[in-house]
Amino acid sequence: MSWSPYDLNGGTCIAIGGEGYCIVAASTRLSTGFSILTADKSMILPVNSKCLIASAGFDGDRSQLHKVLTFRSENYEHFHKKPMSCPAMAQMLGNTLYYKRFFPYYTFNLCAGLDDQGLGCVYTYDAIGSHERVGYSCQGSGKDLVQPVLDNQLKAPSILELPPKVAVTSLSKDEAIETVKIAFSAASERDIYTGDAVEIFVMTPEHGVQKEILPLRRD
Amino acid sequence: MSISTYNGAAIIAMSGKDCVAIGCDLRLGIQNQTLATDFKKVYKIHDRLYLGLAGLATDALTLNQRFQFKHNMYKLREERNMKPATFAHMVSKTLYEKRFGPYFVEPVIAGIDDDGTPYITGMDSLGAMETSKDFMVAGTAPNSLWGVCESFYRPNLGADDLFETISQCLLSGVDRDALSGWGAVVYVIAKDKSFVRTLKGRMD
Amino acid sequence: MASSGCLVSEQKPNGFDFDLCKRNAWLEKQGLQTLKPWSTGTTICGVVYKDGVVLGADTRSTAGETVADKNCEKIHYMAPNIYCCGAGTAADTENVTGMISSQLELHRFRTNRESRVVTSLTLLKSHLFRYQGYISAALVLGGVDCKGPHLFTVFPHGSTDALPFCTMGSGSLNAMAVYESGYKEDMSKAEAMELTKRAIRAGIFNDLGSGSNVDLCVITSEGAEYLRNVDMPNPRTFTAVPKPFARGTTPVLKSKELRVPSLESRVTIESQEGDVATAMDTT
Repeated sequence: MSWSPYDLNGGTCIAIGGEGYCIVAASTRLSTGFSILTADKSMILPVNSKCLIASAGFDGDRSQLHKVLTFRSENYEHFHKKPMSCPAMAQMLGNTLYYKRFFPYYTFNLCAGLDDQGLGCVYTYDAIGSHERVGYSCQGSGKDLVQPVLDNQLKAPSILELPPKVAVTSLSKDEAIETVKIAFSAASERDIYTGDAVEIFVMTPEHGVQKEILPLRRD
Repeated sequence: MSISTYNGAAIIAMSGKDCVAIGCDLRLGIQNQTLATDFKKVYKIHDRLYLGLAGLATDALTLNQRFQFKHNMYKLREERNMKPATFAHMVSKTLYEKRFGPYFVEPVIAGIDDDGTPYITGMDSLGAMETSKDFMVAGTAPNSLWGVCESFYRPNLGADDLFETISQCLLSGVDRDALSGWGAVVYVIAKDKSFVRTLKGRMD
Repeated sequence: MASSGCLVSEQKPNGFDFDLCKRNAWLEKQGLQTLKPWSTGTTICGVVYKDGVVLGADTRSTAGETVADKNCEKIHYMAPNIYCCGAGTAADTENVTGMISSQLELHRFRTNRESRVVTSLTLLKSHLFRYQGYISAALVLGGVDCKGPHLFTVFPHGSTDALPFCTMGSGSLNAMAVYESGYKEDMSKAEAMELTKRAIRAGIFNDLGSGSNVDLCVITSEGAEYLRNVDMPNPRTFTAVPKPFARGTTPVLKSKELRVPSLESRVTIESQEGDVATAMDTT
């Protein structure tokens, strides 16, 4: 067997943008093959007061990526005396990923926060920086299980509608959080890499970022 | 490229209170090319028993014919229909007989017993049975189907509510799968009534 | 045996049917991957104690990284005094134990004696050896007969071990760690059950291929006690379900009432909707 610089450490993350809030949630199990490395590892980086980044995939690349992003974000704050906005952070994350086009960070990211109008915004990525703004998204080992649940429940406008709309859900914050919990409990029933607990970050203009933890199956 | 994704399929079976439902998508394709949008993957065995076959369509058709034949022979000999559990074991053994040269299908069986007790079972291509009390799925995007079923299923639904639940699961599940969809059909079997409905789904 | 077009030959001689092997090999040569059967990435184990044997198993069956069955039965009946835990390809463990179990039953009718554990061991291992490991069943066989309690492991190639305690499956190391640290000779029934339960729980929580509940089977000279789901340590943590879908949510194109299922037993042979002829018209 040959050595590989990459691994897949499992875990699922979801981001939802709403009117006046945004939710980012991720499971906390870190695993490799059939073993659990730890039950308590955060995949979410609250990179500044306006922006959360969740990364599924390979944990080694995730920690390096999060370090680079934190460094650049802090640098920006020192130069400009304000935190980087979420759309700006999203573009920077895309550039950071594409810079390593031929030896990629093996991470699948979501970048979410509130835009200037206070509207929730979510950006979804592939491993090499291709990204788009969406109303909600999910990444990681349980994304196939979760995606159709979000499609059905969030009732966002169809992506086929013209002119294109920013597909923000009409659900209230509490309803959206409930949907996230339902989706994660379903994913932990069927995906062996999703379990132990899920961290739910909720960002609102009034209360900033608040964190909640929901325990999941531990098997 | 896997044989199971050559033609595309999505099948869900769900149980309710004294009733069961089984539904499938309607696409038949060869890899990414869609050939037909009226290809049912659920076959009637008798009034209270249906069989869904996902996987390679040629094998599904062949197997359906073999099961119809075997069920007809059983009826001639026994003068009664097969019970769902009996039929499921017959399917399982028929598949395991070909352990080293299998049919590439994943069956889902849904039916009700004489007293209205729901019976649902799924199998892999070698005939390993899983009898479930809530729901079973098979097809090219099993994870999409598992996800919606785990989220939306609730026990003891009546026939009409069960229809709504299985239909929503089926339509949401196939929308994220490029190889299944193009409409769906759902059968609901209860002790006192039974109906089949063709659903309007996305055609892309 | 070849199944020709002739209908009467549907009744075939016993044994496997290799009809489709050539076709499947050809398909594989075309670059098509074959289906992945369900496997039981499993924790199974067994231990001998003072008066008998305790067998244990988890209840998760997986297809790749997805859970196919959350509460399957991995402890299979062999004889009233013999049970067998199975790991590996689900269809193989189910069928190999089933086939040998029926042979044992016929043997009991013939001999009017209780089955012996070594008899089932020999039948199992010779069947598995004959198929050179292609029948992927890894077993833990336990029982009590006229010679006392016995515990064996059987590997897919047909080799076997006789041990006071043993584990198998993807969680075997987790379970073995518990057995190695907690095993004593001549344990009581309660001690043996508790140790086995802990061994299975080690697999459930630490091995991703194993999960859900604990099944136990205690066999003594008095008979067997099958304890299904003695421990259920993984209930759903969040039980809310979304609002039920209102009737009429789903757009329906066509609706047809079907014949109300008759409970009458008389049957008729009828031709089926979408029969051969129509299916072939799609050309």
